[in-house]
Amino acid sequence: MKILVCISNVPDTTSKINFTGDNKNFDKNGVQYVINPWDEYALTRAIELKEAKGGSVTVLNVGEADAEPNIRKALAIGADDAIRVNAHPKDAYFVAQQITAIAKEGGYDMILMGKESIDYNGFQVHNMVGEMMGIPSVTPAFKLDMVDDSTARLEREIEGGKEVVEVKLPFVASAQQPMCEPRIPNMRGIMTARTKPLKVVEPTGAEAKSEYVNYSKPEKKSGVKMIDAENAGEVIKLLRNEAKVL
Amino acid sequence: MSVLVFVEGLNGEIKKSSLEAATYGSQVAQAMGTSATAVAIGDVNEDALARLGEQGISKVLYDADDRLKQFVADAYVKVIAKAAQQENAKVLVFSNSNIGAAVGSKLAVRLNGSLATNVTELPKMDGGNFIVTRGVFSGKAFADVNLTSDVKIIAVKKNSTDITSNAGNTATVEKLSADLTDAEFAAAPKETVMQDTSGGVLLQEAEIVVSGGRGMKGPENWHLIEELAKELGAATACSKPVSDIGWRPHHEHVGQTGITVSPNLYIAAGISGAIQHLAGVNSSKVIVVINKDPEAPFFKAADYGIVGDALEVLPKLIEAAKALDK
Repeated sequence: MKILVCISNVPDTTSKINFTGDNKNFDKNGVQYVINPWDEYALTRAIELKEAKGGSVTVLNVGEADAEPNIRKALAIGADDAIRVNAHPKDAYFVAQQITAIAKEGGYDMILMGKESIDYNGFQVHNMVGEMMGIPSVTPAFKLDMVDDSTARLEREIEGGKEVVEVKLPFVASAQQPMCEPRIPNMRGIMTARTKPLKVVEPTGAEAKSEYVNYSKPEKKSGVKMIDAENAGEVIKLLRNEAKVL
Repeated sequence: MSVLVFVEGLNGEIKKSSLEAATYGSQVAQAMGTSATAVAIGDVNEDALARLGEQGISKVLYDADDRLKQFVADAYVKVIAKAAQQENAKVLVFSNSNIGAAVGSKLAVRLNGSLATNVTELPKMDGGNFIVTRGVFSGKAFADVNLTSDVKIIAVKKNSTDITSNAGNTATVEKLSADLTDAEFAAAPKETVMQDTSGGVLLQEAEIVVSGGRGMKGPENWHLIEELAKELGAATACSKPVSDIGWRPHHEHVGQTGITVSPNLYIAAGISGAIQHLAGVNSSKVIVVINKDPEAPFFKAADYGIVGDALEVLPKLIEAAKALDK
């Protein structure tokens, strides 16, 4: 079974977010980058399936050279090889086209990724790839198992419940917890990752369909009103009479 | 040319998030000098559809195919694409739900359109631009995005639009058939399991959320969270550590890598307020924090704060909530 896992290189969840150049650009200064946490579920589950059924796991990143440490990390966790499409990921449509081009060429049985990236929070790429390739996309899935060699059984979240879906290979799925316990690389993994193949390819001529023109941050709270714990019930009255939310 | 809004039904009624999308779509239509049409599929009754007039919808296209009572992405996409073509829609509006965003993404490919999800504001249209504001960095920032294609698709963040309701206005309801074939149902769900929400409120749509963290000391104390939630008509939620150690199910986890919520009121009991948790809740209109540590970072993001043990403070809140005139 050939599995393609798409990963994004994103600011660590503890990052403070700032912008530069008159709020036109994200400020990378002092920001640590990690594998998008949602993508880690996809990566680990892919490796588990490979260990159980055989096959290979290829990691794909659409991004610039500064993503390579995290691509190596994915190889250290257990992927077999990696492809980086050398381009700034302009928007979801652009990224989906790059993934589709690679996926068509590679003939993968399964294309997995996180449900969204924690930086641009699009929740778009997986469904776009499914549509571009004309294959099912099951998102956001929190369970993924093989029924037989050509059929997978997934459970996906819907508002207020879940759906059980069975699809034939090939398909696209996006992952979220609790699909598996994400792995961290061990020393042996880190050593072997150095020599695993990482191929850099140039993007197709796809155009983006949106432009990010400006950023802003949420307004700060004006200050907290403290209520004595002995009279904690007062807060309920304040919520009704002052804040008017009850 | 018109604005097309996709509305989702549940048990015959239209979901609150879809009423928000209908309001948003009508306001966009008004700004563009055109009308707003809704397209509805599956589990919704025709009276509820006609009442979409209250949100400014003039016409509703309804595909009553029984097979559409459950969500089947390819079939939904075909129906909505047909409605878009029939109405010559240049702007399509969805709720930013798992269904809305999924269908929106597929339609962006099929209609060659620009898509923005998680949108919080009405578009600014001038000089040929069509700029929407959307939440990015998991609640830590907003981005203004120019949608450059001819067709614009918008998925509106829940609880970011105040629903208008002009009582008495009704929409006309017309049948729509998209000639669905078996091919569209190849990836249909085998089974749909809804959580038991009897008396409960869906977290993603809730106007009030009561949430607990490790300060609750154990799952056996969760009845306090549930009781306060019941009194206030709220949904219950939890922090990441709580779902990680299995005190509460994962689908209650609010935060950067869980569910992002934006209710009118968020009450946090025994949650210290790690940056990842704040990212998931900071667009709540009013935040109440209960924590025994006066230095807990969550107090900086709160409107009201109580320093105290959650297990002692919550019963006082429950008592006060019971005393409110409902």
